[in-house]
Amino acid sequence: MIVKMPFMPVKFNLQKRVKLAQGLWMIYWLSVIVGILIFSLGIFFKIELRKRSEMMDSNESHLVPNLLILVGLMACGLNAFGGKVCHDSLDPMKFAKWKPMLRSYLLLCCGFNGLLLLTAVLCFLMQFAVYLTLAEGLKNSIKFYKDTDTPGRCFMKRTLDMTQIEFRCCGNNNFRDWFEVQWISNRYLDMSNDLVKDRVLSNVEGKYLMDSVPFSCCNPGSPRPCIQHHLTNNSAHYDYDHRIEELNIWTRGCREALFSYFSSMMNSIGMLILATIILEVRLHPQHTTMEDPENPECESDGWLLEKGVKETFGELFSKMKILGKKNQVDEGGDAEATT
Amino acid sequence: MVVMKMKFPFQKRVKLAQGLWLLSWCAAISGAITFSLGCILKTELRRRAEVMDNSDIHVVPNTLMIVGLASLGINYFASKICQDALDAGRFPRWKNMLKPYFAVSCFFTVLMLLAVIMSFAMKGSLESSLKVGLRNGIRFYKDTDTPGRCFQKQNIDRLQMDFHCCGNNDFRDWFEVQWISNRYLDFSSKEVKDRIKSNVDGRYLLDGVPFSCCNPSSPRPCIQFQLTNNSAHYNYDYQTEELNIYLRGCREALVHYYMGLMNAIGAGVLSVFLLQASVLVSLRFLQTSMEAVAGNENTEIETEGYLLEKPLKETIMEYIEPVMKFFLLTNQVEEGTPGAPAST
Repeated sequence: MIVKMPFMPVKFNLQKRVKLAQGLWMIYWLSVIVGILIFSLGIFFKIELRKRSEMMDSNESHLVPNLLILVGLMACGLNAFGGKVCHDSLDPMKFAKWKPMLRSYLLLCCGFNGLLLLTAVLCFLMQFAVYLTLAEGLKNSIKFYKDTDTPGRCFMKRTLDMTQIEFRCCGNNNFRDWFEVQWISNRYLDMSNDLVKDRVLSNVEGKYLMDSVPFSCCNPGSPRPCIQHHLTNNSAHYDYDHRIEELNIWTRGCREALFSYFSSMMNSIGMLILATIILEVRLHPQHTTMEDPENPECESDGWLLEKGVKETFGELFSKMKILGKKNQVDEGGDAEATT
Repeated sequence: MVVMKMKFPFQKRVKLAQGLWLLSWCAAISGAITFSLGCILKTELRRRAEVMDNSDIHVVPNTLMIVGLASLGINYFASKICQDALDAGRFPRWKNMLKPYFAVSCFFTVLMLLAVIMSFAMKGSLESSLKVGLRNGIRFYKDTDTPGRCFQKQNIDRLQMDFHCCGNNDFRDWFEVQWISNRYLDFSSKEVKDRIKSNVDGRYLLDGVPFSCCNPSSPRPCIQFQLTNNSAHYNYDYQTEELNIYLRGCREALVHYYMGLMNAIGAGVLSVFLLQASVLVSLRFLQTSMEAVAGNENTEIETEGYLLEKPLKETIMEYIEPVMKFFLLTNQVEEGTPGAPAST
């Protein structure tokens, strides 16, 4: 006969139980604060995504911040409940009313930990999605820069200018992206001018292309006033060589700049969630000792799991099988999977 | 003639002590907030210190920091005193300390009020400091190779971009200064030679502004050169063009920003002042009502508390005289007895 041994048993007397309850109570409230932190980080991330949504073609996925907000709220609720139970656990009268709920509470916490793990994994993996959305979105932003008279795109110019100034970047990959688009609207081009006519005729699509960038690409740290036009023409400016000039305009592309900003944000949030998982997992073993305070003064046993690991998971799976079978035909005898 | 006499039965005294204890801790936290507000203001002023000619305005945040720290000490002692007040055995040890304590507390509370008044009154000084500082900043914009002025260009550019402003009074200030360094001018070019000869000082002046004056909200790409020449640009009239470059001057923008900050801080500190004053008044009432109990067997009798023992003028004279005596005596030769001014 196999004796069912509890997993990781520990002996507890009253003093130790009191100390444990107090320590647990502190950790629960610490977890509530961490839950609030995760919630506010989720809100912050959502706001940042919305601020830059024009750069991403309004196509960005809000899955991660929404999940963070949900997880933060759940963490607050679960840990506050846990703290209350902990507070009442040393008083047998109060504890009796919580006792029936404990098992389901612990199951819920396990599920919550799984959700936390999923969120952390998503934080790290969704960065690729952000990168791809940025690449596409910035390409379109540069294309629509000149359309300040088209409804729905009026503010693209301002948004892109402010982004380039704030993130100290120019263009999508680099400043040469501006050479391939017409970023000056036809409204401001004198079509009767020969120079303009030459430029427009010089390419197949009839676009007014030039080797210039908008003013927002200018680097204030340059010792000389900004050169934004005729960038590749050394003779157009005194004492200028476009191959060695470094400080004149920003050389970094906006996709790289924005991506590094978002990825550092997502990485730190992911780290915080991993730390939260470790904190939560530490809490649950301690909790089972609170389950049996019938004789308050005597020594009691505490354990991590009531049965061994294998048996607990076996029980869990069989319970889930029963639930699944209940959804099917519910007539006649229930095929009860017994453990 | 006693100022503001009030009767204090035992229960009222107990309530006063308890309320005062809570109030003094609130006032201590407010003192800490005042200190941090002073730190914030000082940091903000230091960020733009390069465009300010003098640091006279720094007296406001410095005073706030001193007052915040003093308030922490004052309120800590206030809470200790009111804790001991209801215990007849422990209260007498504070007897000697209370007079100087009240003098010091009143001084710092008045200083707090002065800081608030100064934050509103120093607008003129700030404005003149900015006027000179910005004028120099614009003049030295091109000197990126002169040690000590290398970063003027970057500072002015960032200032104009952050505060959405251009020039000192407005963008025309850039027309009067040579803001392109000679290092980047081709002196063999006819156009450059003409411009330099066109004015007495031999400066290269043009009707153009740096790129940092450009307004991103403009629907058209930024026009920074030949601003007053309508024919140089297609479909452009500089009299009616509003969104192209920032029209506001940087002095106005900075004064507006700092006055807004100081007004908000001033309003907060005013409420802290009222809180602190109420703490001191309550403490004075508690002290005087407890002093009447001293020596009595029955500590639960009703006593009278007052604010000032003598009228206001005489109390002030009483405090100032020792200070005056100290300063006057050090100047005179002391012989015989100095004519002691009588205070009734």
